[in-house]
Amino acid sequence: MNNIYPRILPVGDSAVTVEFSDSISEEINRKIRIFYENISKENIKGITDVVPTFRSVLISYDPRLVLYRNLCKKLEKYLYMTSGKDDKKKRIVLIPVCYEGEYGPDLKFVAEHAGLSTEEVIEIHTSRDYLVYMLGFQPGFPYLGGLDERIFTPRLSVPRTLIRAGSVGIGGEQTGLYPLASPGGWQIIGTTPVKAYNPKKTPSIPYEAGDYIRFYPISKEKFSEIEQEEARGVYEFQVEIQDNLGV
Amino acid sequence: MGILFLNSGLYTTVQDMGRNGYQKSGFHVCGAMDRRSCLLANMLLDNSDNDAVLEFTMMGPKIRFTSNAIIAITGGNYSPTLNGNPVPMYQAVYTHKDDVLEFKFAADGNWGYVAFAGGLDVPMEMGSRSTDVKCKLGGYHGRKIENGDQIEFLANKTHLNNFSSRKLDVPNFTADVTEIRVVLGPQDDYFTRQGINTFLSTEYILTSQSDRMGYRLDGAYIEHNEKGSDIVSDGIALGSVQVPADGKPIIMLADRQTTGGYTKIATVISSDIPKLVQCKYGKKIKFKVISVQEAQALYRIELNEYDAIQNQICKSEPEKVASGNIIKRIVSIFKK
Repeated sequence: MNNIYPRILPVGDSAVTVEFSDSISEEINRKIRIFYENISKENIKGITDVVPTFRSVLISYDPRLVLYRNLCKKLEKYLYMTSGKDDKKKRIVLIPVCYEGEYGPDLKFVAEHAGLSTEEVIEIHTSRDYLVYMLGFQPGFPYLGGLDERIFTPRLSVPRTLIRAGSVGIGGEQTGLYPLASPGGWQIIGTTPVKAYNPKKTPSIPYEAGDYIRFYPISKEKFSEIEQEEARGVYEFQVEIQDNLGV
Repeated sequence: MGILFLNSGLYTTVQDMGRNGYQKSGFHVCGAMDRRSCLLANMLLDNSDNDAVLEFTMMGPKIRFTSNAIIAITGGNYSPTLNGNPVPMYQAVYTHKDDVLEFKFAADGNWGYVAFAGGLDVPMEMGSRSTDVKCKLGGYHGRKIENGDQIEFLANKTHLNNFSSRKLDVPNFTADVTEIRVVLGPQDDYFTRQGINTFLSTEYILTSQSDRMGYRLDGAYIEHNEKGSDIVSDGIALGSVQVPADGKPIIMLADRQTTGGYTKIATVISSDIPKLVQCKYGKKIKFKVISVQEAQALYRIELNEYDAIQNQICKSEPEKVASGNIIKRIVSIFKK
């Protein structure tokens, strides 16, 4: 059976999409990350932006500097590369979350829906490292994979007009956090005091596609403490680096 | 030295050519909706291509100059007046301290631009002065202009050489139906043959549910095949034409989200984005398919045109150029 992937398709005259699959998986995400790292390293003339997503990479370019066919030729050799720079390490960003009371307005609903206690939901939510498949929708909004199916919960039937910045939630089979206040339909089970998007910092976002996020529970007091550290500009994200044994 | 907003207008923002390089983190590109008009305004004033300008729509601003300046107005025709007198578009114009520049409603076109010699002084954020209102980033404090706001110029430029050469034809955007050329894909294989035919044969109406994020069109329903209307979220390019399950096209523009899960039937070519965005709500649009190669050839012709304009502005004699059309245009520019 012919596998049409990977393939390059034109997206108008100033972009191409490099597709690796039509589905989501950690393996595909790894291929995308390797491809993205390798072409970023190369600094191909004419490329103005690169967006890695679940199963493809959108590459914007200036046709004044490179034409479609030439760009495809340059990209081709990267399609089949199987290793990249940071392939051997797993970078995990730890995100503190207060799940108590008004910080997690929908936690009770999620628990009831799952037939579990709220403690069990928190235990499940904080027991995994979630792969950041991509960022989109807002700066720093992570599309995470790996949510435990026991706590899959449908989105709100009527979205909230405003979800507070730092809200951590579950929407269907996805989990994630909102760096910025926004309307949204996710079930909010907790809130983080950290700024996942902080324009005053460099980098302004502490993680990127290919990193992992782990949530850990904190008290209301700790929440205030970290909130003040962020306000003073002294908060530092805790990051764990593990050897990537799966490679 | 700069400007004071006596009236902000309905939606006035500072824009340049956009914020590139950060889409992977979820940042929008933003930038001028009509990059051609933005570029021409800067070229007329010897500004750099990426100098920040004002962009406005629906109802334009009313501005008082706090110092002498030189301006160029391009894009949609908002009946600009200087101290109550009509002021020409698409040419460099001297203004003086305490002059009042006013824009009203668009007689023609949708997005208006005014560039100031020396460029607008707002902080460069992540390589751009474009306003990202959602992220509260860039431009004037990350938001649209309000009454009473003041912006300075980056440089105090009150004199330019070759002033009489700083004049271009004024385009019009009055067509009832505008042909917009597209390259098919990347999800054209999610549509039936009939769906694609409908897309290419219908005169779609530009609805008022349109803004800097995207233009929503109304018209004949575009049919998907069994693959459906949803895809695993992927990147959205400028000019991507999304078609959700309701079968109506949405063209993604400057403030678009970086990723999305609707099928994209085609992408508007770069050279046709300016005339697309200048369509007033209620006007019609008809799509035509061309190849990537043809689209890129058109883009290069456009670049050559800019070079010719640049030469015309810098020298007082017409330059020998390859294309007959460009010669005609230059000749007409010099007719006084």
